[in-house]
Amino acid sequence: MTTLLIHAEQLGKTYRSGPGQELAALRGISFTVARSEFVAVMGPSGSGKSTLMNILGCLDVPSSGRYSLEGRDIGRMTGDQLAHLRNRYIGFVFQGFNLLPRMDLRDNVALPLLYAGIGRRERRRRAMAMLERVGLAGHAAHLPSQISGGQQQRVAIARALVTEPSLILADEPTGNLDTHTSGEIMGLLTGLNADQGITVVLVTHEPDIAHYARRLLRIVDGLIGFDGSVSEYFGEGATA
Amino acid sequence: MRATAIAGEALAAMGANRLRTFLTMLGMIIGVGAVILMLAIGQGAQAMVEDSIASMGANLFIVLSGSSTSGGQRMGFGSAPTLTLNDAQAMAELPEIQAVAPVTSNAAPLVYAGNNWSTQVNGTTPAYLEVRDWAVSGGAPFSAADVRSGARVLLLGQTVVNNLFGDEDPVGKTVRVKNSPFLVVGVLAAKGQSLDGRDQDDTVLVPVSTASRQLFGNQFPGMVRFIMVRAKSAEVMARAAVKLNDLLRQRHRIRDGQDDDFSVRDLTALAETAAGATRVMSMMLGAIASVSLVVGGIGIMNIMLVSVTERTREIGIRMAIGARRRDILLQFLLEAVLISLVGSLIGAAIGVAGAWAVARFAEMPVVVTLWSALLAFGVAAGVGIFFGYYPALKAADLRPIEALRFQ
Repeated sequence: MTTLLIHAEQLGKTYRSGPGQELAALRGISFTVARSEFVAVMGPSGSGKSTLMNILGCLDVPSSGRYSLEGRDIGRMTGDQLAHLRNRYIGFVFQGFNLLPRMDLRDNVALPLLYAGIGRRERRRRAMAMLERVGLAGHAAHLPSQISGGQQQRVAIARALVTEPSLILADEPTGNLDTHTSGEIMGLLTGLNADQGITVVLVTHEPDIAHYARRLLRIVDGLIGFDGSVSEYFGEGATA
Repeated sequence: MRATAIAGEALAAMGANRLRTFLTMLGMIIGVGAVILMLAIGQGAQAMVEDSIASMGANLFIVLSGSSTSGGQRMGFGSAPTLTLNDAQAMAELPEIQAVAPVTSNAAPLVYAGNNWSTQVNGTTPAYLEVRDWAVSGGAPFSAADVRSGARVLLLGQTVVNNLFGDEDPVGKTVRVKNSPFLVVGVLAAKGQSLDGRDQDDTVLVPVSTASRQLFGNQFPGMVRFIMVRAKSAEVMARAAVKLNDLLRQRHRIRDGQDDDFSVRDLTALAETAAGATRVMSMMLGAIASVSLVVGGIGIMNIMLVSVTERTREIGIRMAIGARRRDILLQFLLEAVLISLVGSLIGAAIGVAGAWAVARFAEMPVVVTLWSALLAFGVAAGVGIFFGYYPALKAADLRPIEALRFQ
């Protein structure tokens, strides 16, 4: 198995904004991410970083260029094959947590396993183990609305981890949280990266949060504006 | 494994919004209940008519004598004595005819021990039993010899037996009819109601000669009120009708252009018409009730469409964590099908209970058949799939990024 997890080559994405009019969100982005890296993606709004994250998360496919994850080219995959990749290799952590409101925490965490075809008993066992790991085993029977935002995000991380993915994609995971809770969540993600070698790609606006990563990728106008270490980027005194 | 887990998700979604699920189900409950109840009532009526037809006898004609005129008033068929025993004998010789029974009848009181009962006494021949497909449940029918000699013997209908004898066996006993003693030689098997609701078992059969000579003192000897004729098969009915008509015109010396002094009626055709009418009614009831099934189905589609829109974000989340298109399709389709199946089960129970209540309290005949229940059930499942498919397809065809962005 290659140590390269993500291999993006000249990624382009154009949207049709009207008849005969096309809007380029990505205009040729190339980079690679090795296993166990921790990458922060920054950039002004409208720069194309959301589009990039959607493609990296196999929620969307590029209009041009190549993207391979774990050595698989996703360019020609069907919707169901993409769903399979998302299920097995990617864990999502969203800004808005995106837990299912009518389901208790254990079932929320177990849900990806349902789509992996794993039996009910095993699903519950693994979900409980994950809740234990994020320190919320005692709340397994609660609904998301009964716990705090920071706790919800920890449940979301447990859900992202339950299928033992090789990549965690976190889209502004601390955007809805206060500074203290943000620190806890980032500590959790950093720990996963350091202890288990899970690759983390993190989108953020905040330089503080970006500092948890080692590498920084800055997207400007659909192109890569900077690709290097975080300290180097901030050391130059540039603004995020 | 996956499919059962997804069925669990569908059930959980139904349970999460119980009131809405129940109200959606109500359409199917009412629809299926109505179909089963209406079919039960329709088929009950149909069964009753068919029983009556079967009890009447097959391929039957009744020949009535013509009308008499009294003081300028025409009295209607059967009032003029134009049919004779000889007419009956001549009819029996036609090749299409299987059996002929002349009948002369009148009401008369019967007495046995301390009981009395007035009923219709029919003077006829042994052929009557063959014409009417009527069996003797005890004793034996009277014979042709009894008819020739004018013997005082009689056959009792079941209702008469019940009223005069109770549990006693009447065969061999003596009954007084208009004060003359008659020997009971047999008991007629029970036949039940006729098409027009009369009790066919409230009757007594005596030899036609005995009836006209001794009981009713007919002023025109050899005359009868009507003649019942049984054709050999359904196919020869039309030809037999024409031949009976020609025969009687010839025997009664009716010239061309003169009106018949008799009337030949095809009872079987009349009965078939009645049966056809109840069949149509039965189908109409079913068809009207099925409209409510379709309405119920549209209700399901409506709610499922609302539900898909409301749960767009949920669908996006499920897709992001690995649900395939067919997983989403299956979940929403199962939800619709489960709603309609559970609804139709409840509806079937209510329909059957309703049919029972109608039979019990309205005393109408109802027949709940397995096929009507299966039909309603099958239609309900079909309705669920048909009306659930479009909303489910809408859910499955959502694009994950757009669904996730949905607020």
